[in-house]
Amino acid sequence: MSLNYDLPEEAVMMRDSVRKFAEAVIRPKARELDEKQEFSPEITKQMGELGLFGFCIPEEYGGNGIGYVPYMVAVEEISRVDGSQGATVAAHNSLGIGPLYYFGNEEQKKKYLPPLCTGDKVWGFGLTEPDAGSDAGGTKTTAVKDGDEWVINGSKMFITNASTDACLGVTVQALTGTRPDGKKEYSCFIVENGTKGFEARTLHEKMLWRASITSELFFDDCRVPAKNMLGKQGEGFHQMLDTLDRGRLSIAAMGLGCAQGAYELGLKYAKERKQFGQAISTFQASAFKLADMYMEIEAARNMLYKAAWLCDNKRDEYKVLSTMAKLYCSEVAHRCVNHSLQLLGGYGLMKEYDIERLYRDQRLLEIGEGTSEVLRLVISRAIGCYKV
Amino acid sequence: MNIYVAIKQVPDTEASLLVKDGVSINETDIKWILSPYDEYALEEALKLKEKIPGSTVTVISLGPNRVESAIRTGLAMGAENAIHIETAEPFPDHKIIAAALGNAIKQDAGYGIIFMGKQAIDDDSYLTHIYLAEHLGIPVATNVIAFNHDNGKVVVEREIDEGAREKIEMSVPCVVGATKGLNTPRYASLMGIMKAKKIPIKKLSLQDAGIAQLDNKIKREKLYAPPEKPQGRIIPGEPEDAVKELVRVLKEEAKVL
Ligand SMILES: Cc1cc2nc3c(=O)[nH]c(=O)nc-3n(C[C@H](O)[C@H](O)[C@H](O)COP(=O)(O)OP(=O)(O)OC[C@H]3O[C@@H](n4cnc5c(N)ncnc54)[C@H](O)[C@@H]3O)c2cc1C
Repeated sequence: MSLNYDLPEEAVMMRDSVRKFAEAVIRPKARELDEKQEFSPEITKQMGELGLFGFCIPEEYGGNGIGYVPYMVAVEEISRVDGSQGATVAAHNSLGIGPLYYFGNEEQKKKYLPPLCTGDKVWGFGLTEPDAGSDAGGTKTTAVKDGDEWVINGSKMFITNASTDACLGVTVQALTGTRPDGKKEYSCFIVENGTKGFEARTLHEKMLWRASITSELFFDDCRVPAKNMLGKQGEGFHQMLDTLDRGRLSIAAMGLGCAQGAYELGLKYAKERKQFGQAISTFQASAFKLADMYMEIEAARNMLYKAAWLCDNKRDEYKVLSTMAKLYCSEVAHRCVNHSLQLLGGYGLMKEYDIERLYRDQRLLEIGEGTSEVLRLVISRAIGCYKV
Repeated sequence: MNIYVAIKQVPDTEASLLVKDGVSINETDIKWILSPYDEYALEEALKLKEKIPGSTVTVISLGPNRVESAIRTGLAMGAENAIHIETAEPFPDHKIIAAALGNAIKQDAGYGIIFMGKQAIDDDSYLTHIYLAEHLGIPVATNVIAFNHDNGKVVVEREIDEGAREKIEMSVPCVVGATKGLNTPRYASLMGIMKAKKIPIKKLSLQDAGIAQLDNKIKREKLYAPPEKPQGRIIPGEPEDAVKELVRVLKEEAKVL
C-alpha cells in the first residue's frame, strides 16, 4: 500500500523545458513589456510552439491533450517569472479554448481550435460586466433572436485576450429570456473579431498584468448567425460556472508560481545581502520568513496537484479542491511576495528588481475568477454551513 | 544522411558540487542536464536534418542509467533514434569513450556527420570529439561557430584566437565540435517530450561497443575544490592617506609592485 507523490518523469522534463524558456525568453523582456503595457503576440506564438496551449484538447483539434497536471506545471513555471505571460496562458487555455472545446459543436471546434492551440490566435471569455462581477447572475447583456440571427446588446468589462489583432473572437454570456421556473435564461455566443457592432477597447493603466491585454467589450446591435450559439439555448450560466471551476486551477497555478518566484528571489537576496557584518538570511527574523514561505509553498503545491489530479481523473470532488487551491495558492502568493519584498528592503520597491513586479502581479489572484470572499462562500456552502 | 550527435549528461551549472572520496563528486541530489555545448551540436544536427529530406538524427550517450534522461531530452528536442552505451564505475577514459562511441556509430548505420560539443562543461577535457574522429579516421573541426553543408561538402567557421575566424572545408563523413554562438538551441516542446517517451533506446554494453577490456591509460589522481577566496580588504581613511597605504600594501605585503 503506497501513495505516489512523484510527478511523472515527463512532467519533470516539461518543467525544465518551460523554466528554461521562461528564463531565457520571458525574463529579459518582462520588465519592459510591463512598463510599456505591451501585449506580445510574438511571445504568445513562441509559447504556442512550446506547446502551452491546448492541454486538454485532443490532437485532432490541434491540442496536445496531456491534461491538467502538466498544465499546472507549465502555468506555474511561466508565472514564476512573469504574471502577465502567466495570465495569457491561463486565460487563453481555461477561458478561451476551454468553453469552445467542452461546449462547442464539431464544426465550431474544427474551425476555431487549431489556430488557438498554436498560439497564432487568442480567444476571450466575456462574463463580467461593469455592474456584475461576483454576482455573475446579474449580467444585463441581452441577445434577441431575429430570423436566423441573434442580436446582441450590452457590454463586458475586464475581458482578457480580446482587444488585439491576435484575437480570433470571444465567447459572451447574454440574457436570452426567462426560464419556465421564472429565473433568467442565459446562453453563450461566439462572436468573431471584426463582427459588425462588436468593439473591444483596451483598458490601460492597470496596476498589474500590464503585458496581458484586458479589454472592455461593446455590443451595439451586433448580429451573429444562429449557429454561433455555444451549446444549447439556456445552458449559458452553467457553462460559465463550469468554466470557472476549471479555470480556478490555472489561477491557483499562477499563485503557486508567483509564490515560488518570490521565495527564490528572497532567498537569493537574503543570502547575498550583508548588514551588521552578516548575511541578512542569518537573522532569525529573515530566516523564519523564508522557512514559512517554503512550507506554505509545499502545502499549496500539494493541494493544487491533488485538485488537478482529481480533475484529470474526472472526479467531481475536484470542484471544491480547485476552489480551495485557488484561494490558498493566491493567499500563499500574497504572503510570499510580501515577505520577499520585505527581505529586499528599499531595493524591493525598485523596478530593477523583479520582486516589484511579482508583488503587483499577485494582487489580482485574490480577485479574478472568484474573489477570496466569494470562494470562502463556495467552500462554506459545500460543507453545509448554511443548511441548519 | 544519418546524422549522429554524441551527448553527455553533466551536473547542472547551478549545482553545488562536493568531492566525495578525493577523486569523484557526490552524485546524490545533483540535478543533471544535457551539456550546453551538446545542445548546440544537437540543434545544428536537427537543422541539417530539416534541410536534407530523408535524414535521421540519432543521439548517442555513454554512461550509467541516469544518462537516459539526457537521451530523452535529446529525443524530445527532435532526434528520432537513440543509443545508450551502458557503463558503471570505473568509467572509461576519454580515448576509450571515443572508441566505444565510434564503434557503436559504425555498427549502427552508414554515418554522415557526427556533431558533438567541443567540450563537456563538467570535466572540460576538450578531447572526445578529436579522439572520436581519430578513431574513425575522419576529419574533425573544433570550436565550430558556423556550419554549412552544400553539395556533399561541409564548410565550417572556427572561432580562433580573440574572436578571429578560420573557415575550413571538410569532406563527409566528419566530426563537428560545436561551440557557443553556433545557433540558438530549440526548447523541448511538450509534444516532443510526450513523443520521446515512446521511442525505444538501443542499449549496448561496452563489450557490444567493441571494448573488450577496460584498459584506461589515464587515471584521476585527485579532485579538489578551488581554495576559498580570501576576504577582500578595505583601506579606510582620506583618499590621500588611503592611496599611500594601498601602495605600501601592494609593495610590501602583496609584493606585486
Ligand atoms: C486583469 C483582469 C482580468 C480579468 N479577466 C476576466 C475575463 O477574462 N473574463 C471575465 O469574465 N472577467 C474577467 N475579470 C473580472 C474578474 O473576474 C472580476 O473582477 C471578479 O469576478 C470580481 O468582480 P468585481 O471586480 O466586479 O468585484 P465585485 O463583485 O464588485 O466585488 C467587490 C468586493 O465585494 C466583495 N463581495 C461581492 N459579493 C460578495 C458576497 N456575496 N459576500 C462577500 N463579499 C462579497 C468581493 O469579495 C470584493 O471584495 C478580470 C479582471 C481583471 C482585473
